[in-house]
Amino acid sequence: MTGQPLLSVRGLTRDFRGFRAVDGVDLDVTAGSVHALVGPNGAGKTTLFNLLTGFLRPSGGRIALDGRDVTGLPPERMAQLGVARSFQITSLFPRLSAREHLELALQSGSGLGWRFWRSAKLLRRYRNRTEELLELVGLGAHADTTADVLAYGRKRALELAIALALEPKVLLLDEPTAGMGLEDVDRTVDLIGRVRDGRTVVLVEHNMSVVGRVADRVTVLRAGRVLVEGTYQEVRVDERVISAYLGTAATGVDDVAR
Amino acid sequence: MTERSRVVTPEVAAGAGASASASAERSAERPAERPARPPSVLGAVAGAPTWFRYALLAVGLGVALWLPNGLYPTVAVDIACWALFAVSVDLLLGFTGLLSFGHAAFWGTSAYVTGLVAIHAGAPFPVAVLGGALAAAALAAPIGYLAVRRTGIYFAMVTLAFAQMVYYVANEWRSVTRGENGLQGVPRELAGLDLTDEYYFYYAALPIVLAGLFAAWRIVNSPFGRVLVGIRDNPARARALGYPVHRYKLTVFVLSGFIAGLGGGLFAVGHRFVALDVLHWTTSGKAVIMVVLGGIGTLWGGLLGAAVLVRLEDWLSFSGFDTIGLVTGGIFVLVVLLFRRGIWGSVAALAQRLAAGRRRDS
Ligand SMILES: Nc1ncnc2c1ncn2[C@@H]1O[C@H](COP(=O)(O)OP(=O)(O)OP(=O)(O)O)[C@@H](O)[C@H]1O
Ligand SMILES: [Mg+2]
Repeated sequence: MTGQPLLSVRGLTRDFRGFRAVDGVDLDVTAGSVHALVGPNGAGKTTLFNLLTGFLRPSGGRIALDGRDVTGLPPERMAQLGVARSFQITSLFPRLSAREHLELALQSGSGLGWRFWRSAKLLRRYRNRTEELLELVGLGAHADTTADVLAYGRKRALELAIALALEPKVLLLDEPTAGMGLEDVDRTVDLIGRVRDGRTVVLVEHNMSVVGRVADRVTVLRAGRVLVEGTYQEVRVDERVISAYLGTAATGVDDVAR
Repeated sequence: MTERSRVVTPEVAAGAGASASASAERSAERPAERPARPPSVLGAVAGAPTWFRYALLAVGLGVALWLPNGLYPTVAVDIACWALFAVSVDLLLGFTGLLSFGHAAFWGTSAYVTGLVAIHAGAPFPVAVLGGALAAAALAAPIGYLAVRRTGIYFAMVTLAFAQMVYYVANEWRSVTRGENGLQGVPRELAGLDLTDEYYFYYAALPIVLAGLFAAWRIVNSPFGRVLVGIRDNPARARALGYPVHRYKLTVFVLSGFIAGLGGGLFAVGHRFVALDVLHWTTSGKAVIMVVLGGIGTLWGGLLGAAVLVRLEDWLSFSGFDTIGLVTGGIFVLVVLLFRRGIWGSVAALAQRLAAGRRRDS
């Protein structure tokens, strides 16, 4: 896996009232690769995503996208620059239909959103692309269903579809298969395999079999730091990783005292 | 360091799959998917067939044309002005999720500017009203700029605070606003027509009212309106899709200020008089009450709210009631408690239920 890093992170740090959730993380995501972030709960994976997408400002460190410094840019700028994300906790527009979600995502880059004097019928130009994307994620039959009544797995699929609709350079997926049944997991893995062409994907994933199937590289985070980075095969047998996971196992399960 | 780790080893993780938050969400999953009720974005009549919507439009226009024949023309003019005001508030409250409690600033500023332009420049009243509305929009820009950085109750408080400032300035600046005496003798000039009769003035003003209402409808049913609804329902998601939320809110705030200004300007010409109470906070409150009465997020509900409230107040004051506020307040409370969707929303919901019932039967 050689190539330019599309996303390059140096010394990235984020404090929450003295608690350091992300602690000097260095990360290079190669263009065109699928890069998995793994680590126990609370390792700082979602916080890292929030930093990369502008939802949180770093307390320290830099982020570069395609060689350009993008540290501290707001979420909408990051999205416009080609960084799209899905959320760990599904985040949709409850009262909009699946189709309207796609239209909203598709018109985002066009400047159409400012045309308050034009008819919304203009959005019909996205009809074909909308159908395509809905088919792609298996929502073809649910175009007119509002998001609030979609089943959980379909909500996740819709999240993926609107992120894809942005035609992002980097797609950040926070636990795309969390809570899914086996069948949906397989379909999502399949989908990631299909959409990765010409794209860079970073995903947080607890399901190691998924990581093994899709990821070119794996970064293991623990307590806000990078513990190990390598291929899935390397990471899987790394002693530090095993002991880190076993360490938490040995000290018990929930809420170990600080 | 807290590691509330349930996922212990990669192997266990492979089996477990779900993180805590995700499984919590999963249990909240709805068992059955309702079939598609066509999109909610466009307000209550969106699901109705096309012929029905045209019929509704025809009825609406018919009522607008008939109004000063069925009511006192003065009351009809008031209803038309307040309808614009209410719709401008609903644009923010119903379609962007912003409760402005200071919209009197725009209504009142436009009323004063319209009055001054008409008095001092002798401009035709539509020009004066346009000038007033532009002044309102210009005022909405800085106020909106600061207010949209807040959400919920804080947004309402910021708008209220600014409106109070505008009220204070108008009260102090007597050389221009004439203080308690108000601006008197606002002319109704239009191409030499005699518009002293309220009946004719209503028809002269109607095109401006309809243009303002059309503008609001267009905004809601535009690509821009879609973004607004997205921002209303999930601002974080809208940002992640690349929409600068503050700038969208500011834009709709200014547009809303303009439409409120159209109403306020016409109100000044309609009464030939502008007094300080056009800037009073109770004026802002009245517009909000009209929207709630008519139905938040229905756009046309604002028309009904305005009609009901103006008519009712007129009737109460005519019958010598001196506790008008008590009655309208009581009705407001009843609507909030019993018909949360307002008049328009409740009727639309009922119609939808009837239509659904008929479909099942056939
Ligand atoms: N906004 C916040 N304020 C305070 N603490 C926070 C905030 N967000 C996250 N944290 C803390 O930072 C740590 C990392 O959280 P984060 O959500 O990034 O973990 P994660 O690796 O995504 O975990 P999970 O696997 O459970 O999703 C946790 O201890 C969390 O409690
Ligand atoms: Mg997380």
